[in-house]
Amino acid sequence: MYVKKLPEYMNFAAPSCQGCGHGLIIRLMAEVCEELGVTGKTILVRDVACGGSASGAWNVDSITAAHGRPIPVANGVKGASPENIVIAHIGDGAAYSIGSAELVHAALRGDNITVIVVNNTVYGMTGGQMSPATLPAEKTASSPKGKDADRYGVLNVVDLIGNLNCTYLARGELYDVPAINKSKAMIKKAIQNQIDGKGFSLVEILSPCPTNLHMTPLKTKEFMHEEATKFFPLGEFVDK
Amino acid sequence: MGKITYISSRCKGCHYCVEACPKECVTPSGEFNEAGYETVKFNEADCIACGSCYTVCPDYAIEVEKED
Repeated sequence: MYVKKLPEYMNFAAPSCQGCGHGLIIRLMAEVCEELGVTGKTILVRDVACGGSASGAWNVDSITAAHGRPIPVANGVKGASPENIVIAHIGDGAAYSIGSAELVHAALRGDNITVIVVNNTVYGMTGGQMSPATLPAEKTASSPKGKDADRYGVLNVVDLIGNLNCTYLARGELYDVPAINKSKAMIKKAIQNQIDGKGFSLVEILSPCPTNLHMTPLKTKEFMHEEATKFFPLGEFVDK
Repeated sequence: MGKITYISSRCKGCHYCVEACPKECVTPSGEFNEAGYETVKFNEADCIACGSCYTVCPDYAIEVEKED
C-alpha cells in the first residue's frame, strides 16, 4: 500500500538547482489539485524565471507569461474560460517589483484566481540580485556590502495588499514536515476559494535558494526559518 | 516496515531527507549519481513508513510504501 506516492503527471525531476524549493511547491500544487479532483482542468500560468522552468515537471496545461506578468495573464485565461482552475506561479522579484502594479490591481478588483508567490529573497534566475523582499544586510549580487534597508526597504505583501479586496492571504514556509503540510493546507484553501468563486487568493511561501544565497541547502533552509521569518511572519492574514 | 522507491538519478544531494527522517534510516551513501550529486541510502528494516522523506524531497526521487 502506498503511503506517499507522487501525483499524476509528475514524470521527471524539476530542472532546478540543488535544494531549491520550487520543485517542492510545484509538487504541493499538484497534490492539492489531485485531491480536489481538478488536475484535468488546471491551467498553470508560469513566469519567465526559475518557477517557469521548474513547473515544467508537472505536465498540466500551461502558458508562459512575460516576466512578472503571470497575474494579469491568469486573469485573462480565467475570463476566457471560467470553468478552468487558473494558478499563477511567480517569484518574489516578479510579483513584488516587476509585476507589482498588476498584483495590486488584481487584489483591488478581487479577481477570481490563485497566486502562489515563491519568496526566496532574491532574483534567482538572473543571478541572485537584490529584490524588494531581500532582507536587511543580506548580501546579494547587486548589494555586495549587504542591503541598506533604510535606503531600499523591505516589502511585505501583507502591507501592500492586505487592506484591498483579497479573499485569502497567507504565508507558509518549507522548513520541516509540519511546515510543509501547513503550506500545503494554505495552497488547498487558496485553490478551493477559486473553485467556490470567492475571489483573489495569494499564498506566499518562503523557499530556500542555496545557489544564490551561497550556502548549503540545509543552512539555507535554516536561514529562511530563522532570519526571513523575522521580517515575513507566517500565518493567515486575510481569510474571508 | 516501509518499502522505499528511490530514483537516484533524480536526486540532487540536498540531504533534506537525511535531516527529516525521525528514525535516522536515511544516510548519505558516499556514492555519486551521473549528475555528480551524492545519493542517499535507506535502512528499510527500521523504516516506519511515515513519508517524511517523500514530503521534504524537492526532486520527486522518493516514494514510500507500507508493507503489512
